[in-house]
Amino acid sequence: MSLITARGLSATLGGRRVLHGVDFEISKGEIVTIVGPNGSGKSTLLRCRIGAQEGGGQLTVKPGLRIGYVPQKLHIDTTLPLTVARFLALPKRPARGAIPEALAEAGAGELATRQMADLSGGQFQRVLLARALLNKPELLILDEATQGLDQPGSAAFYDLIAGLRDRMGCAVLMVSHELHVVMAASDRVICLNGHICCEGAPEHVASAPEYRALFGTGTQGALALYRHEHNHRHDETCDHTHEAAE
Amino acid sequence: MILLDSFLVRAALAGLGVALAAAPLGCFVVWRRMAYFGDATAHAAILGVALALAFSLPIFPAVLAVALIMALIVTQLSGRGYAMDTLLGVMAHSALAVGLVAVSLIEGVRIDLMAYLFGDILAVSRTDLVVIWGGAGVVLGLLWWRWSALLTATLNPDLAYAAGIHPKREELVLTLALALVIAVAIKVVGVLLIASLLIIPAAAARPFAQTPERMALVAALIGGTAALGGLALAYFYDTPTGPTIVCTAFALFALSGLAGMKRL
Repeated sequence: MSLITARGLSATLGGRRVLHGVDFEISKGEIVTIVGPNGSGKSTLLRCRIGAQEGGGQLTVKPGLRIGYVPQKLHIDTTLPLTVARFLALPKRPARGAIPEALAEAGAGELATRQMADLSGGQFQRVLLARALLNKPELLILDEATQGLDQPGSAAFYDLIAGLRDRMGCAVLMVSHELHVVMAASDRVICLNGHICCEGAPEHVASAPEYRALFGTGTQGALALYRHEHNHRHDETCDHTHEAAE
Repeated sequence: MILLDSFLVRAALAGLGVALAAAPLGCFVVWRRMAYFGDATAHAAILGVALALAFSLPIFPAVLAVALIMALIVTQLSGRGYAMDTLLGVMAHSALAVGLVAVSLIEGVRIDLMAYLFGDILAVSRTDLVVIWGGAGVVLGLLWWRWSALLTATLNPDLAYAAGIHPKREELVLTLALALVIAVAIKVVGVLLIASLLIIPAAAARPFAQTPERMALVAALIGGTAALGGLALAYFYDTPTGPTIVCTAFALFALSGLAGMKRL
């Protein structure tokens, strides 16, 4: 069953058309990764999804869909005192016991009483994930969730996400600016650059010697190469080149 | 209410009312890095005073309206070619200058400009007290009612959207509260020092707070102490009251800074 269906989605930012003619669908329990260069409209697509951005076209969302959103980055000013537990209780205090449970699910069980401003990048990411898990989401949306994490850190985070999908059965939609390295557990990869350039399944690490040459084998298969196929013709003229994805 | 007949008691109540409303609001001003925004809005208040005198209107609504308009203009203009701090630097001082010129142009009215620039807390009337506590009550009520939404929008606009909160609407709530605090505080500390009542207690509370709520409470406590302590000191040493309140707040800030450093 489809959780979100978009037909002919478009959006403009500051007078510039950043998205046009995007057809998109995500089903229950599916992991979809959207890749694209900077400024390709990935974040705009996500922001359309959570209602932060007005868009044209048709967007059908399953009624009552519970979305857990992990933002791209979140700068918490040091002037704002905030414990992890209090952060998770914003804007609505969840049921008793929900916070420790979500923190444990996200592998951040020991962080509850720490100040948000004191967390490392990886810890912060886990806390954001825990926050998104609070309402038992059917769809987990992650915007550049591994930004600022190193390779093993990203791999560990992806493992965590894949485990969550298996345990909780939630669909996962994530966005990455890395064109070629994506989460191996992705069911589908969509390459976006204003419009959808191509989509397909990621190849597994094991079958990609280029990947091993680049990154070694230390990530135990959590990352995969996404080899683009751009031998199709676009029906319209584009103002960008596709060479980055060859 | 014989108690209220004493000008000192009225002054103490006025100072306390303003400080209690300003301190929690000031926390948002500090968290959102809006210190100069408060300053610009406060400086515009003197223009409100001039307009009120020119058209024989009551001071409070005129100041409230001008402060609100100023705040909305700055919010609208930000992000359109000028950096926020540049814009505020232009608007804050221009508003103050225009206000001062406008006051001088009003014929036949001899007003004590100092009373509006630095406040005249000892001249607070019973009506003023009602306005101050009414305004403070509305501000605290607004903050109480919107607290979680305001805090979420302050953390991150996208997080707010994802939770069904409109950050722009929450920003408007803060802007309204800010204009209200300025309109009621003008009598107590004057337009030049209002921002200090917002920012200093919040900054002084930071080292003692682990959560936002606690910071707001401690800030209110520090603000109240500064208002009452400053009034007492001004009475004993015969110094101007508004600036003495700000000096007391600053002393508390310095003490809290030292205590914070010792703990590290």
